[in-house]
Amino acid sequence: MKQMKMVYLYSRYERFWHWTQAFLILFLALTGFEIHGSYRLFGFENAVHLHNNAAYILIVLIIFTIFWHFTTGEWRQYLPTGKNLKAQLDYYITGIFRNAPHPVKKTILSKLNPMQRLVYLGLKIIFIPVMVLSGLAYMLYRYQYDGVIHSSGFNDLYLIASIHTLGAYILLAFVIVHVYLITTGHSLTSNLRAMITGWEALEEETTDKETEQK
Amino acid sequence: MKNIATFLLTVVLPIVIITIMLRDATKDNTLLDNLREEYAIPHIPSVDHSKHAELQRDFDDPHEITATCISCHTERGSEVLANAHWNWEREAYIEGRGVTYLGKRNLVNNFCTGILSNEATCNRCHIGYGWFDDGFDHNNPYNIDCLICHDNSGLYDKARGMAGYPVPGLDFQTIVQQVGRPEKDNCGYCHFYGGGGNNVKHGDLENALLNASWETDVHMSAEGANLECIDCHKTTNHQMLGRYYGVSSDNTMRATCEECHTSLPHTTKTLNEHAVTVACQTCHIPVYAKVNPTKMHWDWSTATDRIDGEPYEIIDTLGNLLYTSIKGDFHWVQNAIPGYTWFNGTADHHLISDVISENDSIIFINTLFGDAADPGARIYPVKVHTGRQPYDTEYRTIIQAKLWDQQPGMGALWVDLEWEEALAAGMEYIGMPFSGEYDFIDSKMFLMINHMVSPAEQALQCEDCHTRRGGRLTAINDVYIPAQTTNAAIDHFGVIMLLMATAGVVLHALMRFLARKKRTH
Ligand code: HEM
Repeated sequence: MKQMKMVYLYSRYERFWHWTQAFLILFLALTGFEIHGSYRLFGFENAVHLHNNAAYILIVLIIFTIFWHFTTGEWRQYLPTGKNLKAQLDYYITGIFRNAPHPVKKTILSKLNPMQRLVYLGLKIIFIPVMVLSGLAYMLYRYQYDGVIHSSGFNDLYLIASIHTLGAYILLAFVIVHVYLITTGHSLTSNLRAMITGWEALEEETTDKETEQK
Repeated sequence: MKNIATFLLTVVLPIVIITIMLRDATKDNTLLDNLREEYAIPHIPSVDHSKHAELQRDFDDPHEITATCISCHTERGSEVLANAHWNWEREAYIEGRGVTYLGKRNLVNNFCTGILSNEATCNRCHIGYGWFDDGFDHNNPYNIDCLICHDNSGLYDKARGMAGYPVPGLDFQTIVQQVGRPEKDNCGYCHFYGGGGNNVKHGDLENALLNASWETDVHMSAEGANLECIDCHKTTNHQMLGRYYGVSSDNTMRATCEECHTSLPHTTKTLNEHAVTVACQTCHIPVYAKVNPTKMHWDWSTATDRIDGEPYEIIDTLGNLLYTSIKGDFHWVQNAIPGYTWFNGTADHHLISDVISENDSIIFINTLFGDAADPGARIYPVKVHTGRQPYDTEYRTIIQAKLWDQQPGMGALWVDLEWEEALAAGMEYIGMPFSGEYDFIDSKMFLMINHMVSPAEQALQCEDCHTRRGGRLTAINDVYIPAQTTNAAIDHFGVIMLLMATAGVVLHALMRFLARKKRTH
């Protein structure tokens, strides 16, 4: 039998950041797609106010979190690795159905499997920045300052909005897959509970493959 | 539990608070308060005309009144002679035409087509006496009718079919002692009745403005600013601000909202930013023809019909004239929703000499220039008036019919009800050829909607335009309007991606479930 040990994996700030960001992204999507015209919920004017305010808060959160990543060195968790990437993919495609073990062990120093590293890094350096920048471009497309209406000079609102909308779809698709994949931990809810409490039971040492673990 | 509480406190609460704060940040509109104060001060005339010795008498000849005015106001005569209200023509540069001299004097419109050959009746609304035909002397200041604009007694009246001369028997002694600045009913005497009846032509200018409610017109209503026309159509030396693009062509001397309200009138920045693209009128005049209907369509082709040899009229239950043998078919609309179009302040006109191409199924009486790429253009509300006008199928020009005459047998349509003779008489008067072959062609004219500004609470709301379907600006498709405009490629891609992600997840979960069942059994 493999030894399970409770490990404190997610610090208080990391959990706060994670859930706040999750809420904000969902809320931005909810209000954003109303602005997009997909449905009517809060009313256009309210949706714009809510979206803008949630965006400001998200930007503040992102700034704090960048700081956190560097002071704690947690940014290293997101360094991509090709090693075991294929194995991780194979696990989701076939292994999981045979109840094969997770190909990569979760440890405090390496909380993320190779696929997570890659996807989360993509979010951090591509998708979220694209959303923030295109969102800011949308806001500053025209702005009143000092008694004059200025233009950011980046004037193609159609392009700005297209990029922002595309990014929104991609983030939503990510959320769908992400919410599902967290059920693939040791138990259906072990990952979820870890992100709420900070604690997760991790294997201490590997023994030979355990097939019956029910 | 503690986590959830912290979360609500740190994330949800700030959003709610900030949002409420921003929404209720309706700062006092000091700009508007200042304007209200400024315009609440009544105008006190510097002169009481009843005290002038020259005016202590009666007049027989209206020209003599004008001469008396000019004897004190020595330079005003020549000022008026240079005025478009007098000349019905203005110099303007038009893209594609060069410098033109156009105006009511020589243009066609979508109503009675034009004044030529009809001056005796049309020119009742000229600020002069005796423009019966092209022999009128535009250089004689004594032909000016000062009273039509400056009579404050309300007694002055011009006669029908008399080219601007007053009705006989007026008490001129009383009238001349009560002259002053033009008031609403001076301007309205002509401008409310364009097209041949109250509110027929403009839709936003009609006699209900004399006693407008606050909802009808915040500017002219006594409950509102109680303004006179000339408060906005500011005038110096008889040159007034204001352009009507049925006759004007250039972007000069316009009367604008910004004159008083500045280009940053709102306390909300987002709304001020809109004003770069959207004219004030677009949101603030959500409907026009609020009190009485306006004519939206005039089909000349059905005119001259008779029943038992007699001309007739059809009037609907609301009193709107739907058909009359002398003019054809009409459509009327009350509480009309404007059309919307880009406009940069310049316009072109269909001249009577313009050849209608074989391919044209419709003629545009005027064309408003501007599009999204034009930094000087904004989206404006317009009344779109459609019609059917007679044209020469051989020479392919619009035909100006002779409509009116004192007596029968002179070819006037409204008197004799004969198209061919009316068309021939009109074109002969103008000096243009008429082949004798004619038909009717669809025509369209755009009239800017500038009056009947509603109270702010009744202005358009975000969703009137920011909506996927049925928004006010559906016709505007060359600028990105959030919620209305979509990038179809991205929407299709996005929705398919979301569906595939969902399907993939469901399928994967199902397979996991089945695999586990198999293992445990
Ligand atoms: C800091 C990040 C963000 C900023 C600064 C931002 C800003 C904006 C702004 C200014 C608008 C236009 C609102 C208006 O019309 O006035 C907008 C629209 C929108 N936003 Fe965001 N946003 C951000 C993040 C997000 C996220 C994370 C999502 C979704 C997951 C999202 C989805 C949308 C959508 C779908 C629209 C409508 C686009 C359209 O149809 O034109 N936004 N955003």
